[in-house]
Amino acid sequence: MLGLIAGIPYWAQSLLRVLGGIVAVLLPAGTIVYVFLFKMMSFMQSRLGPMEAGPFGSLQLFAEVGKWLQKEDLYPERADKFIFKMAPLIVLSSTFLLVAVVPFGPDAWFTNFEAGVFYALAVSSVSVLGILIAGWASANKYSLLGGLRGAGQLIAYELPMVLAVIGVVIQADTMNLQQIVVAQNAGSIFGWDGLGNPYILTQFIGFIIFMIAVQAELTQTPFDMPIAESELVSGYMTEYSGFRFLIFFISEFATAGVFALIASILFLGGWGVPFSWFGWTSIDSIDNWMNVVGPLIMFTKMMLLVFVIMWVRFSYPRFREDQLQRFAWKVLIPLSLVNIMATSVLKVAF
Amino acid sequence: MAKVPGLLKGLGVTLGTMVETVKKGANTVQYPHEKETPPIRARGVIALHEGNCTSCMLCARSCPDWCIYIEGHKELAPPRRAGGKPRQVNKLDRFDIDYALCMYCGICVEVCPFDALFWSPEYEYSEPRIADLLHDKAKLGEWMETVPEAPDLEAGAEKKGKK
Repeated sequence: MLGLIAGIPYWAQSLLRVLGGIVAVLLPAGTIVYVFLFKMMSFMQSRLGPMEAGPFGSLQLFAEVGKWLQKEDLYPERADKFIFKMAPLIVLSSTFLLVAVVPFGPDAWFTNFEAGVFYALAVSSVSVLGILIAGWASANKYSLLGGLRGAGQLIAYELPMVLAVIGVVIQADTMNLQQIVVAQNAGSIFGWDGLGNPYILTQFIGFIIFMIAVQAELTQTPFDMPIAESELVSGYMTEYSGFRFLIFFISEFATAGVFALIASILFLGGWGVPFSWFGWTSIDSIDNWMNVVGPLIMFTKMMLLVFVIMWVRFSYPRFREDQLQRFAWKVLIPLSLVNIMATSVLKVAF
Repeated sequence: MAKVPGLLKGLGVTLGTMVETVKKGANTVQYPHEKETPPIRARGVIALHEGNCTSCMLCARSCPDWCIYIEGHKELAPPRRAGGKPRQVNKLDRFDIDYALCMYCGICVEVCPFDALFWSPEYEYSEPRIADLLHDKAKLGEWMETVPEAPDLEAGAEKKGKK
């Protein structure tokens, strides 16, 4: 983004960045909700889903948003009102902070700094704070339990996520997300560069661990212990209604989209196509049209990854709390440590 | 690790259902546009055949929800044969079923000794006002038109011995 709009005044740049950020968060979120939550889930249950609002129910989401906006903004009498009202915004802000670091093309990015991976993993855990204070401020035992479970789970799965990404960082020699994309697409597999070198091939274990951790970070179904609607009546979201519930809802699916974007950057080559196809050598020699095609490629890869996330969500029952914690600490973390070891050894060896 | 094939199988089930739904259509119907015909024994609404009712009150007394209201009076009907005594008949003044209370147990239909109550599979009689769910004698009589013919008995189900 900065590369494209360098010539215009600062306020206009900021405005464009904000607009771009909103589009980059809300467009994937809306698409994910319609395509996967409304339609794919229905098909997997042998029903059609919403069909009335718009062609094939495509405007259903607008109807839902309209419904939520009409509802009263309730809060419990004994709730800590300021904190209670702030919590969904904190969760959503984590999503916006996360998308700021995602590159969509050679020049189409919001920010491009060296510690991109570090930043992304750091701000993704801001949502834990939002969930915890939402549970705490609701003055409701179910919400509190949900919030505590959420905090426990998100912290537990943060670790395998970070450790899985370290393998990629070691292999790419950089923490800059843009450089990671370039490294994958300019790379070669044993001298053959027809496919670049997407890290899903060399870091397959890291990819699996990362996707499982993403599933848990998003509290999607096998890991939806904090929400657990049948026992905790939606956990930390119990007391929220109307607009504030809508924000929780948007941030859940927007974060799914953004995490899928980050996964596609780390493991699937991000916005790029293998550079050998068009004879590019470095990021500076890439043709300008990639700034348009790049976001589309990103979007396709995001939809692919979100499909997997949602497919797992709609297929599996919920983990028990102890199973969930044991899985993180006893399986995923040791496995990712072994993965880091192996990657480091191979990195030095080759 | 032994559970991994089962996990993949589970994913296969949902994916298979999705493909099947896209290809062959869903198992559900889009209700207001297309309607499934309920089975003829479905418990949709209770119809009243007024001519058979003797206002014996058995249905009202057996109703667990007390949702049947019956009022009647005795009348003298002309004698069957010339010179006979006038007959006493029970005249039905009111027969209401409150479908806001009815729980569709069907005990009234079972208990009626004169075949005056029947199940009809009709189900579309929701009302904006809850008071309108009280169906009176005339409305219950109209449901009679929707009562299907009783299905034939199974072979060998007829009573044996003397008719």
